[in-house]
Amino acid sequence: MVDLALPKGLVVSVAGTARARVLDRLRVGDAAFRQLTRAAAIVVLLLLSGVIVALAVGSLPALQTFGFGFFTTDKWNPVTEKFGALAAIYGTLVTSLIGMLIAVPVGLMIAFFLTELCPQWLRRPIGIAIELLAGIPSIIYGIWGLFLFAPFLQETLQPLLINTLGNVPGIAPLFAGPPYGIGVLTAGLILGIMVLPFVTSISRDVFEAVPAVLKEAAYGVGCTTWEVVRYVVLPYARVGVIGGVMLGLGRALGETMAVTFVIGNAHRVQASLLAPGTTISATIANEFTEAVGDLYTSSLIALGLILFVITFIVLALARYMLLRIERRIG
Amino acid sequence: MSFLDSRYRARRRNNAVAMALSVGATVFGLGWLVLILGALLWQGFSGLSLSVFTEMTPPPGASGGLLNPIFGSITLTALALLIGTPIGILAGTYMAEYGRYHRLSTVVRFINDILLSAPSIVVGLFIYEVMVAPMGHFSGLAGGVALAVIVIPVVVRTTEDMLTLVPNSLREAATSIGLPRSMSITHICYRAARAGMVTGVLLAVARISGETAPLLFTSLNNQFWSTNLNGPLASLPVVIFQFALSPYKDWQSLAWTGALIITLAVLALSITARSLIATGKQP
Repeated sequence: MVDLALPKGLVVSVAGTARARVLDRLRVGDAAFRQLTRAAAIVVLLLLSGVIVALAVGSLPALQTFGFGFFTTDKWNPVTEKFGALAAIYGTLVTSLIGMLIAVPVGLMIAFFLTELCPQWLRRPIGIAIELLAGIPSIIYGIWGLFLFAPFLQETLQPLLINTLGNVPGIAPLFAGPPYGIGVLTAGLILGIMVLPFVTSISRDVFEAVPAVLKEAAYGVGCTTWEVVRYVVLPYARVGVIGGVMLGLGRALGETMAVTFVIGNAHRVQASLLAPGTTISATIANEFTEAVGDLYTSSLIALGLILFVITFIVLALARYMLLRIERRIG
Repeated sequence: MSFLDSRYRARRRNNAVAMALSVGATVFGLGWLVLILGALLWQGFSGLSLSVFTEMTPPPGASGGLLNPIFGSITLTALALLIGTPIGILAGTYMAEYGRYHRLSTVVRFINDILLSAPSIVVGLFIYEVMVAPMGHFSGLAGGVALAVIVIPVVVRTTEDMLTLVPNSLREAATSIGLPRSMSITHICYRAARAGMVTGVLLAVARISGETAPLLFTSLNNQFWSTNLNGPLASLPVVIFQFALSPYKDWQSLAWTGALIITLAVLALSITARSLIATGKQP
């Protein structure tokens, strides 16, 4: 828009050279500041491309050696230098799935409570408390999960699952084996708790954006509160809720420390949810500093690249959906 | 009639069930917060003493404190802020002031949102590739840069949001008295948006002070007192990670104490940030 209030020629003719010099300096400073901010914005772009390029270059040796087989074998043997990502990819997807199975329904119900049922004075404190859950660093979830939650599950939930669902034909293999405490299920449950606040706060925001007229109309024709939420609020907020869920999924896929503590780091694809497993992020966190040899390091970086590509796609979809609902509201 | 009656009763029952479930879900959600904070206080409070803040990390079996990781964490956080905040604020300024409707801003906004939730361990790998591997050794500097990569998107986001909220009439008034654009931004817009921008920085600090994954293979860890940014540097989260997974009871209890310190610091920061927003909103 406007660079300076006075154009250069006018200044020189009206006032002396001293004033012109000051204005010149301001003009140069102005342009410099503008370019500086633009450069900073470009740095943000470079960061993302830098991440992709660095990971791609780093993972090249592994991908060249193993080819497509890297994605389809679960052999992970540092001694013979045979690496396959299947177990880690499988573990990442299964733990995230378990986490989302818990976080999505519970998060939606909390959002329902906060927007429709909760007394006005209680909304803010409960909302903040749920968001504090998101603020707790992931290593805290890890240490808590390892020392308290996993032993608790080992003694209560896991034997219960083995004795009940473990006997049901069809799903029995999912709950086979001894209760270790740590394992895929425990990691999934902790992910569920960690993702819960993200799903809750975005769902609450999109629920609140539903026009009051729609809800009032539904109440007016005699709908119950639940029917209003189920048939009016939820369909209206659908795209935003899905966006929020994907954002939570992105978190769950990339979560590192909490999972590293409780997953058990076993490179196998196993049906049982109670068995130890591994995820991409846990493998990298556990093994990267101890990795000797270029191929080992490169395989771990290739895992990082796979993780980044998966989360990039999920997050991009999430942002796209949230952008769509923002446009509709705004 | 009885059909309508039973249908009506079924709807009321469904409503009651759904309401009960939503209350239950809220109690469930809040329950975890209470459980985790309670466990932290229970396990960590007993180990909290002056020696935690004055002594170095001990070898297994000896008593000691967390002085060097606390110092390391503060150094790394300061370094990350020093690098990340200016870049973040300037980029946010470009997007809100100069290029609000420019194509570049749309792209940067999208990329920034991706970076905001990208897995932090990937950031660690990235910095390892571009700094640690070429330099040939782990360093506190690399750790600081890795954390800066996490700071930048948070600060960009809040700066842009807050500057967008500044009314245009302020900018017009500044221009009308002949202020150059850069000065109207730094002297008028920044002041109007200050509370929000500080909040962004505080949120960024809260975010990075618990980050472990990006530090594991950048700043690594150091058992001894070190102020050398060119060498490995201890940090609280990494020490907690190492100590918690060790078989030694002393180390485990120090890990709990460290966890308590981090959590209290992070919660205090995020509550301060929240109250800043709350007071900033009221005229």
